[in-house]
Amino acid sequence: MSSAKPTGAASGAPVIGPGHSLASVTDQISKIVLSRQTPTGWFIGLGVAMLGVGVLITAIGWLLWWGLGVWGINQPVGWGFAIINFVWWIGIGHAGTLISAILLLLKQEWRTSINRFAEAMTLFAVMCAGVFPLLHVGRPWLAYWLLPYPNTMGMWPQFRSPLLWDVFAVSTYATVSALFWYVGLIPDLATLRDRAKSLVWKRIYGALALGWRGAARHWERYETAYGLLAGLATPLVVSVHTVVSFDFAVSVIPGWHATIMPPYFVAGAIFSGFAMVLTLAIPIRRIFGLEDFITMKHLDNMAKVILATGMIVCYGYAMEAFFAWYSGSPYERYMIVNRMLGPYGWSYWALITCNLLVPQLLWSSAVRRNIAALFAIAIVVNVGMWLERFVIVVTSLHRDYLPSSWGMYYPTVWDWALYIGTIGLFFFLLFLFIRFLPMISIFEMRTLVPATGEEPPKKGLHIAASAGPSGEARRP
Amino acid sequence: MKPKFPIYGYLAEFHDGAELLAAAKSSRAAGYTVMEAYTPVPMEEVAHTLGFRTSLPWIVLAGGVLGACVGFGLQYWTSVIDYPMNIGGRPMNSWPSFIVVTFEMTILFAAASAVLGMLWLNGLPQPYHPVFNVPAFELASRNRFFLMILSRDPQFDMAGTKSFMDGLGGLSVKEVPH
Repeated sequence: MSSAKPTGAASGAPVIGPGHSLASVTDQISKIVLSRQTPTGWFIGLGVAMLGVGVLITAIGWLLWWGLGVWGINQPVGWGFAIINFVWWIGIGHAGTLISAILLLLKQEWRTSINRFAEAMTLFAVMCAGVFPLLHVGRPWLAYWLLPYPNTMGMWPQFRSPLLWDVFAVSTYATVSALFWYVGLIPDLATLRDRAKSLVWKRIYGALALGWRGAARHWERYETAYGLLAGLATPLVVSVHTVVSFDFAVSVIPGWHATIMPPYFVAGAIFSGFAMVLTLAIPIRRIFGLEDFITMKHLDNMAKVILATGMIVCYGYAMEAFFAWYSGSPYERYMIVNRMLGPYGWSYWALITCNLLVPQLLWSSAVRRNIAALFAIAIVVNVGMWLERFVIVVTSLHRDYLPSSWGMYYPTVWDWALYIGTIGLFFFLLFLFIRFLPMISIFEMRTLVPATGEEPPKKGLHIAASAGPSGEARRP
Repeated sequence: MKPKFPIYGYLAEFHDGAELLAAAKSSRAAGYTVMEAYTPVPMEEVAHTLGFRTSLPWIVLAGGVLGACVGFGLQYWTSVIDYPMNIGGRPMNSWPSFIVVTFEMTILFAAASAVLGMLWLNGLPQPYHPVFNVPAFELASRNRFFLMILSRDPQFDMAGTKSFMDGLGGLSVKEVPH
């Protein structure tokens, strides 16, 4: 998106439908937000998601009232759903940053129409992730003890612990993702300010746009800041899941204490994140008629990323098994045999099916062109990546070094309620986002079309007409 | 200070980016220096034609260096000076374990400097600007391109600049009130 190149649309594959202009792109995307008619499906979706939020509030309230005993965690499995779901949500978030930062640096123009809602997905996924460790600390009202601040106890956090690194990594990630998202929104908020008909919305978008007016000097600094943010977010996103994997890899637990963990976690994060982007993009483009902007090219590329990162994840599985054998450590060898054939063996084979076997279908271009199949595979991958974290956390912990300390882990209804509740929160925030903010970056889409002021021929004509040929009609 | 001219500047509207770029070049050639262009898409060439380069990268570098110092300093001071604790016989200044937090703080400070520096240099938030007084300007966020010559320009005069801008081949030239 470096500058307005009139060749953008013409160069190679269709990342945007034919016949679009600056005006039609602006009108079509801002119409979704500014329209007074909300699709009925949106209310139904928001209602269902709000039920989920209700479940979340209930689950948190119950936990705060009774304490961690309402969860299924105990010795030896002290890291149950809380850590599984935390890692799962953080991983989902990673695709958003990958799309918005890494693909920007690699000048992948096709990212333009999916980066905004992928970034929103990141932000909401990190919020959902944050719920779990905060509650898992046991006394969440003292969670601020995690932060280094001068206190009357005269103590400081232990900076040699990966769990504290996690605090810094995740909070930095949440902050930088929010900054990146908001900076990306500023020019679009100005567009909405200029298009909004009601004074209230004009004021709201106007305040959020901070007085953006598209001055050339502003754009120059803006582009510099955006590029630098992308450059900073790229190592950050890699570091976050690396640090999350350190929570496991630094501890001396069979199945966790392995150098393969960081790259395998990062690849798994991208794998699950792209699956979630597909899960969201497929219904959204259909419901809001955005097939011109999120084209088959996008779905095809995302499917290829899923296939590639899936193969890296499977390499991780193979290495885990190989090193368990090659280490010669009886505990490591027992761990992998128990993981495959023990009481939780079903989860290992379900994981292999979801993450190794099913994604192989994506080698076929016919499958990549079949939207229903893509959607189904994306859901399977989401489930598979959740199972992966379940397998890593539970199978390694439930067989302690001494057989007298062995045990089983059974999640309770409150574990499930909290998990389902965060899914509700995620979709609740997502539904609000797609209604009140542009889910596709308008100004970046404008860089994909020729930089001329052509009015759209048919579509969006009524909007152009209501604005008057040069807009005089609307502003006093 | 009382403004010299009754208006803020003249605003010319263009149909496409290439016309705007040509107009900016000829205004520059005609000796105008205090100008601003407004575009719906980022156009690097226009900013460069107006003779503009940004110093933002230096601010971000300074932010990153500061973040690294704060991050490492915090850990050094707490772990070595204020609250030394022997963990597995490691030295008090066990710097390899401090890398992660130092790195995260570097990124955090650099990213915050990029965003705040961009807003600060741009003078945002700025709810009022004279250019918003021109009704047609709301198309600057849709599909029109604008060039403004400010009345602060040493070469500005009411009639001469108006006729110069009329000759630039835009769709219209409007007065921008203060």
